Amino acid sequence: MQELSKNIKHSLKRIRGLVLRYVYLIKGSLPRLLELAYWPSIQLVLWGFISQFFLTQSSVLAEAAGILIGAVLLWDVLFRGQLGFSISFLEELWSRNLGHIFVTPLRPYEFILALMGISLIRVLIGVVPAIMIAIPLYHFSIFSLGFPLIAFFTNLLIFGWVIGLLVTSLLLRFGVGAESLAWALIFLIAPVSAIYYPVSILPNWLQWIAWTLPPAHVFEGMRAVLAQDYFDNTLLFNACALNLVYLLITSMVFLYNFNAARREGRLLQIGE
Amino acid sequence: MAEKIIISVSKLSKKFGDVRAVDNISFDVKKNSIIALLGANGAGKTTTIAMLLGLVVPSSGEISIFGIDILKSRYSALSRMNFSSPYVDLPQRLSVYQNLKVYAQLYGISNEKERLSVLADDLQLNDLLHRKYKTLSAGQRTRVMLAKSLLNNPELLLLDEPTASLDPDSADWIRHYLCDYRKRTGASIMLATHNMQEVERLCDHVLMMQGGRITDAGTPSELIEAYGRDSLEEVFLAVARKAPPKGMK
Repeated sequence: MQELSKNIKHSLKRIRGLVLRYVYLIKGSLPRLLELAYWPSIQLVLWGFISQFFLTQSSVLAEAAGILIGAVLLWDVLFRGQLGFSISFLEELWSRNLGHIFVTPLRPYEFILALMGISLIRVLIGVVPAIMIAIPLYHFSIFSLGFPLIAFFTNLLIFGWVIGLLVTSLLLRFGVGAESLAWALIFLIAPVSAIYYPVSILPNWLQWIAWTLPPAHVFEGMRAVLAQDYFDNTLLFNACALNLVYLLITSMVFLYNFNAARREGRLLQIGE
Repeated sequence: MAEKIIISVSKLSKKFGDVRAVDNISFDVKKNSIIALLGANGAGKTTTIAMLLGLVVPSSGEISIFGIDILKSRYSALSRMNFSSPYVDLPQRLSVYQNLKVYAQLYGISNEKERLSVLADDLQLNDLLHRKYKTLSAGQRTRVMLAKSLLNNPELLLLDEPTASLDPDSADWIRHYLCDYRKRTGASIMLATHNMQEVERLCDHVLMMQGGRITDAGTPSELIEAYGRDSLEEVFLAVARKAPPKGMK
């Protein structure tokens, strides 16, 4: 028991050490820090005005003010979550530092947990200012979602990590030549995530695909809360279950690619 | 009493596709010794060191470090060893202090501040601590890299070309430091290098590598004598050019 608690303590220290490395990077550059908050805020301002325009045109939207703004804010949780995960990994490739990291006692799962930790920090830095801007500018507070907000936020963040794990696995396989995937891959699932429209708008065969992805369940859930004041437990359960499955699969894909990189000697060579 | 073996390598091979980077090598490294892997580019030195660290998985063979089979359980060995290489860098935009603090946590150092302070004094890093790593000269970077590799007071230090691209004064300073570290701590050091003077001055034992194989081994003076040459550099050239020892047809 004592040995286990000692191991957990050491493990947490290693995870904290790696998170600290990324925090130093953000703290060391004001433009980098501002950039984290810049894009979500601009996105919010833009979509906020678009939704205000729609409000004057559509009775459907007038009944559910805030749906578009809520969708923009929650999409950014997913997008920034995966970007925070993938970019932090890319930092190691750009600085040719992977070889040093993986000769420390840091385990691959601790590496993944550290990337998740810094991803959460980056999401909060990016999304919180946008959330605050929405309150005075559009009289919309995402906090009005109440408890479901925590459930939506957590599920989208976890799915961001799922995509991040997939991107980092591909980076381990193909090196920095595949770095554009960090920005591009997430947009492959955007059309079927039902962010700004219900799943029912999609053709039948795409609806089937959409329901296999957690974001579709989350955004449908968000619309149900905002439009009908109804929290659908089934949607939440589906999102959680799918996330669990995807997280397990992509973690295994990451570990497979990590071990393949060790077999093929890529950990030493990978970098700019 | 038998001397304690720190590294024991048996029939180690590594193939990358059709290329045999390391070919059936075996050797032991004793406690408190400095051993050199000597060979031309592509001889298999870096791959051998990477396999000892677990960065590269061997195709076949066995590696035991501190009596631990590192192919099965490398993490307990990794906390007692460290590594430095000019081919692997540190984060450029972090300061020297930040880099060392991050690695101190990754190695689980309990008295971080004290350890960093001792290393900064020992390696003359006090004036550099708050400078970004990317602003340092090659010599300064080497000292920082060495500080990183000494954070956990390693019992085994694996150094890939530790004085590459350094001016003679900085290189000499690093060699002095390594000698002193071995004396003070009883650590074992393995170097992969092309620098013959370095090997002659530092090393107790040399493994000559060529085409992934160990072609010869011995103390620097034994090798010089066996090949009938005047210096290790001449031995190296003879091995690289496959020339027979002097006096032999």
